[in-house]
Amino acid sequence: MNRYSRDQIAARVARDIPEGAYVNLGIGLPTLVANHLPKDRDIFLHSENGLLGMGPAPPPGEEDADLINAGKQPVTLLTGGAYFHQADSFAMMRGGHLDFCVLGAFQVSADGNLANWHTGAPDAIPAVGGAMDLAIGARKVFVMMDHMTTSGESKIVAKCTYPLTSIACVDRIYTDLAVIDVTVQGLRVLEMVDGLTLAELAKLTGVPLAMA
Amino acid sequence: MIDKTVPTPAAAVAGIHDGATIMIGGFGAAGMPSELIAALINQGARELTIVNNNAGNADIGVAALLKTKRVRKIICSFPRQTDSHVFDALFRAGEIELELVPQGNLAERIRAAGAGIGAFFTPTGYGTLLAEGKETRVIDGRNHVLEYPIHADYALIKADRGDRWGNLTYRKTARNFGPIMASAARCAIVQVREVVPLGGIDPEHIITPGIFVHRVVAIDTPTVQSQPQAAAY
Repeated sequence: MNRYSRDQIAARVARDIPEGAYVNLGIGLPTLVANHLPKDRDIFLHSENGLLGMGPAPPPGEEDADLINAGKQPVTLLTGGAYFHQADSFAMMRGGHLDFCVLGAFQVSADGNLANWHTGAPDAIPAVGGAMDLAIGARKVFVMMDHMTTSGESKIVAKCTYPLTSIACVDRIYTDLAVIDVTVQGLRVLEMVDGLTLAELAKLTGVPLAMA
Repeated sequence: MIDKTVPTPAAAVAGIHDGATIMIGGFGAAGMPSELIAALINQGARELTIVNNNAGNADIGVAALLKTKRVRKIICSFPRQTDSHVFDALFRAGEIELELVPQGNLAERIRAAGAGIGAFFTPTGYGTLLAEGKETRVIDGRNHVLEYPIHADYALIKADRGDRWGNLTYRKTARNFGPIMASAARCAIVQVREVVPLGGIDPEHIITPGIFVHRVVAIDTPTVQSQPQAAAY
């Protein structure tokens, strides 16, 4: 079976982010999206620890411990960027000022519920960070994830079995097999990898799918 | 003449009592007031409640404080890190209480305390484990959860420049929780890279006005380079 590579998924997400957008990219897979945003588009990357206009990692030797992203990696600030404190940063997130966030996920349900912060395992150390704030606050919530777990179960499910991050928040899902919109009528497939049929995708996914 | 500067970190943390609630600034190592934390460890206060975004990295700063087992409870949003082994071991042994708070609720609860707000409703966390048992209300057709402010006895903060009235500037993303924690604590204690004369900070550039600040200590240390971490936030 064909699969989109991680960079292909990231490039596909980047295509949906227009000039002028304020965007928060979650930790992990979503950070790859930054590499695919066209250089000729002004797109404002927000990092929840307190900056807008985030640039790429600095060259080796030019790291500044006071200039990091939400993943605590050294980053740079683009010309025109800004620093601010946590209450302002989360006002941007919770107050509906971000146009898009792109999040990783353990599971997304057919009605757009998101589970991405906690496995619920008895000995797991829980940690939530800004995930719940982005899920309720960004105007569009995109999820970027593998379609299946390593053990072959669909990550798109009828009902999330992991603890929820937020209810009915996901707008679009980008996986290594397809791009799928979450609508009030159900899941609508926009694109699939070459060679895959809707029937095959629906069988793998285990929840009803229709073409958009 | 009002002079909020004190000569040493030990003088800055004097009087912190057993059972105190202490906010500690920083997001990971950026903005962590390491010298004030070291002074608090030496000072010896016990049965503390700590408010921080994380729960310590490696064996330094907040992690070093947790290691003394003088922290009864931590209120934070992201304890799990690749190098949070001190917290992880205490948590699994049941030796520390954890109140896990979505980061925006943590920030807003701190801000609310500083601004005299009794409580607020927010959509964040509705329908999740972290809102279980909390009062909810539908506002404009949307589900909200009632959240209460977090007040503190003390805040330990790292800023960049300060003056004898307690006016502060910060450096880059090390600002993070500093301004809101200063306003939420009865006594805000700040380590700065440099104390400047009054007027040495352009009034247009003051981020935390001195009304929120009680003690300032100059600690002229080179910026500690943090080790970049993979897959932790």
